[in-house]
Amino acid sequence: MVSPILELSKINKSFGHVQANKEITLKVNKGTIHGIIGENGAGKSTLMSIVYGFYQADSGTISINGKTINLKSPRDSILSGIGMVHQHFMLVENFTVLENIILGFEGEIVFGKKLEQAKINLKNLCETYKLNIDLDSIISDLSVGFRQRVEILKSLYRGAEIFILDEPTGVLTPQEVDELFKILRSLQKEGKTIVLITHKLNEIMALTSEVSVMRQGEMVGHKKTELTNKEELAEMMVGRSVLLRINRTEAQKGEVVFRVNNLQVKDDLGVMRVKDVNFEIHKGEILGLAGVTGNGQTELLEALSGIRKIESGEIQLFNETISDQNNFLNPKELKEKGLVHVPEDRQRMGLITDFKAYENLIFGYHHQLPFSKSSILKEKDILSHSRKVMEEYDVRPQSPHLITSNFSGGNQQKIILSRELNENPKVLLVGQPTRGVDIGAIEFIHQRLIDMRNKGVAILLVSVELEEVLSLSDRIVVMFDGKIVGEKVNKDVTDREIGLLMAGIA
Amino acid sequence: MSALVDKSKVPWWVSNLIVPLVNLVLALLVSGLFIFIAGENPIQAVQLIIYGSFGYIEGFAYTLYYTTNFIFTGLAFAVAFHCRLFNIGGEGQAYLGGLGVFFVAINFSFLPVPIVWLLAVIGAALFGAAWAFIPGYLQAKRGSHVVITTIMFNFIASSLMVFLLVDVIRDTNQMGPHTVVVAKELWFPTFKDFGQFIGLKIRYSPLNISFLLAIAALFFVWFLIWKTKWGYEMRAVGHSTKAAVYAGISPHRNIIIAMLISGALAGLLGINEILGVHHKVIAGFPAGYGFTGIAVALMGRNHPIGIFPAAFLFGILYQGGSEVTFDMPNITRYMFVAVQGVIILFSGALENLFRPQIESFFVKRLNTVQTV
Repeated sequence: MVSPILELSKINKSFGHVQANKEITLKVNKGTIHGIIGENGAGKSTLMSIVYGFYQADSGTISINGKTINLKSPRDSILSGIGMVHQHFMLVENFTVLENIILGFEGEIVFGKKLEQAKINLKNLCETYKLNIDLDSIISDLSVGFRQRVEILKSLYRGAEIFILDEPTGVLTPQEVDELFKILRSLQKEGKTIVLITHKLNEIMALTSEVSVMRQGEMVGHKKTELTNKEELAEMMVGRSVLLRINRTEAQKGEVVFRVNNLQVKDDLGVMRVKDVNFEIHKGEILGLAGVTGNGQTELLEALSGIRKIESGEIQLFNETISDQNNFLNPKELKEKGLVHVPEDRQRMGLITDFKAYENLIFGYHHQLPFSKSSILKEKDILSHSRKVMEEYDVRPQSPHLITSNFSGGNQQKIILSRELNENPKVLLVGQPTRGVDIGAIEFIHQRLIDMRNKGVAILLVSVELEEVLSLSDRIVVMFDGKIVGEKVNKDVTDREIGLLMAGIA
Repeated sequence: MSALVDKSKVPWWVSNLIVPLVNLVLALLVSGLFIFIAGENPIQAVQLIIYGSFGYIEGFAYTLYYTTNFIFTGLAFAVAFHCRLFNIGGEGQAYLGGLGVFFVAINFSFLPVPIVWLLAVIGAALFGAAWAFIPGYLQAKRGSHVVITTIMFNFIASSLMVFLLVDVIRDTNQMGPHTVVVAKELWFPTFKDFGQFIGLKIRYSPLNISFLLAIAALFFVWFLIWKTKWGYEMRAVGHSTKAAVYAGISPHRNIIIAMLISGALAGLLGINEILGVHHKVIAGFPAGYGFTGIAVALMGRNHPIGIFPAAFLFGILYQGGSEVTFDMPNITRYMFVAVQGVIILFSGALENLFRPQIESFFVKRLNTVQTV
């Protein structure tokens, strides 16, 4: 009989009027990989933040190895053997791996013996778990996959017995995901316990032995993974049956509306990030741009949407040059021409998270009718518009006065989409439309994008989620190191082919 | 990191009323300690402050006169702050604003009085705005930090005005660094005139109709920041330049506009001081109001509804403080500068010192009340 290492009982937590966790009960057995799956806003992250001591529960108890503990801060949870690998890594970029790991646990004022000891211990850990990390390399030189390993190593070094991983595969290539899974399995083999938070059913099926499903703040069920299947889990998450495959009809391609010729773009540091890129998008077509994060997609999107100046080449909209090395139209002018942009960085670019929802729903369109007249905001019209689109896009909670940062990722994305799609664009640039977004919302967002395509909009879909690119696009281009390294018609292409292109191998 | 409070659970009145009040009480306690060390009775000092600022009608009028100045400079700081700009240059902008008033009063005195007043308000705003424009422009286009440039511009304003007041626009019939007196019919009606009008005998106080202008300015700023496209854009730029650029809002333009409006509001201090009180430009007339305005704005959380009570509080301290220094030989004027400093320290720099504790205290209390 296995004993639960981590046990939560009747955890409640609310933010304002929103109850994020309702009477949550969870048992995680020692030495297992336990999945927690649920839509965004289902309360997974809140629950794990409570376990990590980042928030305090309003009521309920947490026990580890049968002993009730009181977690006041992350430090308490680290001391209780809980390690967390966040979605956004908590590492000092210009420190070495070693420096990052001992940070806060140096144990001596002048580095000497203890540092040496730490190095030896870390090397042993690396070998045991096959982490393959050079302790002296600088974090900023490491790829995302390696940074994640550093986080895991950090938790190991601090004596973690329970590892919480929050959406760990969101930023990884398919190959890196495989590597991560190997590491997680070796952790499990050494008797560690892993709690995996994810919205990807594939990962649950591949890795976990038990899975708990959350929906709207409640725990709706616990299953043994071998006794369930994807469809059942998806249904539990959403509360109804879900289409896991998109209904995509053949594209009704029209003329070319958007064209990029020999485009070169530099980043803020003056490094060329987009190198001689050419492509075109037809009316009524989704062009998918696949690639691992950081291969120039961000700079490309910014250049196409008028945020970033281009070095050379040109961008054409309806055969009219909108950007070359001398001139470029700004986002406002581009919107007027029918080009809208749903940015990758939802929280820092697409929204002002400190603004109220209704203020974000008019962001970028605030200067025009019906939202303002003679520079005065028409609050009544703005609010009635907001209520309308929040209902239409099923934004929850449906309160236009709520501060945007209190919405979940999926709902924030819906706020942006409803704002941009509402303007009947001709060309739509979308970056990572479903990053950190739950299944129900993904389905909704994908369906909207397909609808737009069917209406004749030319769409550029930039995504690091290969599955998303494959399921939505009519054509796929792959970007690696700033260049387009391949173009495929999305018919008989496999994820393996694209994966190799993404890794720059093929 | 301890006691992270869930912000959405904190009632608005705790973060916006209780926390500032606690900070204020702490500041007053520390100030009381100063007074005690100086060898006077703090309780007596408080009584004197209250008597001086509320006890008789002229005293109260003085309090409102100071309040007027603090409203202008507090609003000036707040507007720039909504665009995340620390306009430390209110002092210099106010100084130049006075020059604008004088310029209008001398050159347009042939026009009907209300028109001259209106032009004087515009003149004060324009001169103040012009002085804020240069730091604003440098921040927007060259990235020169506005804190540094506005501080420098205070010094430049001071030197420029001394030069003008000594060599260019001095009243040559006397030696002091000030201008001629503007035409008497242009002087703003004072509270004393008002008393006479309704048949009350009130002694002189500097309170004048500029107070109404200050109240109007409070409404103007509220409307501007929360009800117009400009305020919306300024706040957007203040929260995130990146997002503003994405939405087609120009950060450069809005930084400049915010500085212009901020400078214009500071410039209005010149109206109160020139048309209402001195009736001429005298060297150093802004007398630190520009700096105190920063504390007023911070204490008032950059919202007109907060700025009014904060300005009033500083008015009480100014007026009551002068009463104390008059009656208590051991307390000098500088002592009250220190008291102000302590208040600024607690409401500005140490604003978040006790916030988490206070907020979590109330959150817990309210929870237990609800569960019972």
